[in-house]
Amino acid sequence: MIARKKILTDEMVAKIEALAPRYPNRRALTLPALHVVYAELRHVPLEAVVEIAEVLGLAPAEVQDTLSFYQFFPQEKPCGKVRAFVCRSVSCALRGGDELLERLCHANGIDPYGTTPDGELTIEPAECLGACDFAPCILANDDLLANMTPEAAQAELKKPRARAT
Amino acid sequence: MPPFKPVLLEAVGVPDGHTLASYVARGGYAPVAKALAEKQPADVIEMVKSSGLRGRGGAGFSTGLKWTFLPKDHPGPIYLCVNADESEPGTFNNRILMEDDPHQVIEGIILSSYATRASTAYIYLRYEYPRSWQRLQAAIDEAYAAGWLGKNIKGSGFSLDVYLHRGAAAYICGEETGLIESLEGKRAWPRIKPPFPAIEGLFRKPTVVNNVETMACVAQIARRGVDWFKSIGVPADPNNPRDPGSYGPKLYCLSGHVEKPGCYEAPLGITARQLIEEHGGGVWKGRRAKAVIPGGISMGLMTESELDTPLDFAGPGKVGCLGLGTAAVVVIDDQTSIVDFLHNSCRFFAHESCGQCTPCREGTSWSLRMLERIKAGKGRLKDLDILHEIGNTMGMMPGSTICGLADGAAWPIKNAIKKFRGEFEDYIKRTNPSGWMVTEPVPALQIVGAH
Repeated sequence: MIARKKILTDEMVAKIEALAPRYPNRRALTLPALHVVYAELRHVPLEAVVEIAEVLGLAPAEVQDTLSFYQFFPQEKPCGKVRAFVCRSVSCALRGGDELLERLCHANGIDPYGTTPDGELTIEPAECLGACDFAPCILANDDLLANMTPEAAQAELKKPRARAT
Repeated sequence: MPPFKPVLLEAVGVPDGHTLASYVARGGYAPVAKALAEKQPADVIEMVKSSGLRGRGGAGFSTGLKWTFLPKDHPGPIYLCVNADESEPGTFNNRILMEDDPHQVIEGIILSSYATRASTAYIYLRYEYPRSWQRLQAAIDEAYAAGWLGKNIKGSGFSLDVYLHRGAAAYICGEETGLIESLEGKRAWPRIKPPFPAIEGLFRKPTVVNNVETMACVAQIARRGVDWFKSIGVPADPNNPRDPGSYGPKLYCLSGHVEKPGCYEAPLGITARQLIEEHGGGVWKGRRAKAVIPGGISMGLMTESELDTPLDFAGPGKVGCLGLGTAAVVVIDDQTSIVDFLHNSCRFFAHESCGQCTPCREGTSWSLRMLERIKAGKGRLKDLDILHEIGNTMGMMPGSTICGLADGAAWPIKNAIKKFRGEFEDYIKRTNPSGWMVTEPVPALQIVGAH
């Protein structure tokens, strides 16, 4: 049997296991585990789903069932180094959120949910980011970009951005 | 009456207001120490019940009464879930509380857990709040280090663990049983009730689900007393035995077409017009309001002439809205097309319907397809009747769905078409002069990806 290279590193498994005492069963670790893997890899490929299931003692289908509900964890390929959620819900839309999304996609040559060819930037529409006092707004990794214009947003999205969580 | 002074937002603008030291200096944690030392859990429940506090998450159910639904003498564990999955469009008051005064929320959690005999509390936080995540985690760490969380808190014999649990960007996780399913690691499909969470909730144990702002109110009631809380707001209507009144301060979120959007604390019962004029600096650019959302998009629309409606739990219902909801007031100015508004609303709900119940899954996605077609100049007058029929048939109230998401999707449709029918008709006739009168079925323009 050929040893297959594992996707989950020992560090990732240790991070998941460190959360285990918080919950009375291991299935509740599904979402935290997906976040741990996503934070490292910027996506959760099917192979990782199988390995998470092994760690949690679940069927891979159970993990995939939960993952697929959220439409949050990319599976095919990693999202860009900066993942930008552009709010399109009512308060932002009233102040130009839809136009902001369209202009940003156009300026970067991608469709919504697309990633630039250099892997730097993913732009996605988002439902209410809960920052309506700063409409229109964008969540770029962990940073809230407030009161954006298309020009200001384009400049902001070119900056490198930490992702602590 | 003395001028109203904010208490829930006391820490906003205070340097390092989010730290333990600042919270203690403002009188925090003394009330919970007193309660743990001198009061029985039943006394805390009685305190909250007699204050008239109603849940701030949207439904407005009595918090103290909810706690009494827990089984008596249960061997445990009992869980407290704090709903921080604030996703209702227009709403951001929980974010302000978690970022600017997280210890106020934690003190409320300790008091509520003590009252309900919960030994574990989970804060279900939406993914989109990374700053709240950092501030809350730092505050939890501080509280553990200072002995306010953990084993045998301050020698009282009461132990409590508080954990942050992060969501993954799904609106339905704000529904209490959807939240529970998500926390358990499953798809966030709301459960059929009964059994209610108080009987069988998280991990099939008795569970209380409360909103972040409700927790902050519990902390303030313990600090300032029941009489203080009841001195604010709108008393119960003596002619309506089923009206429990609307007591206490409330965080109103004001956004959209106003000069100064923001989160403002006011007594329950302030009118939408007062909120917009006195706090929001008026409608932006000197324009007039065409419509105002009274409490998050699910609640429907008020017209300009309805703006003097008091925003208490009973107010918005009197003008045909669903209720007070999250008290998120969104102003839509007179230059905005109501067709665009309704398209935005339908798009939101089509995206966020969890897909479990057919009337909601199909109703939300078809209402969006129809709005897409109307916006593209292919609308028919008949569409308005069909939309209205969708609005009348999906939801918990008509009895066709498990949770209230569909009611929230239906209300903007029903309100918009009833209160602005003329504008819809004009738009359809103007943009589709050759087809507005067609009544035969027409194809949808495109398939819209629904959640």
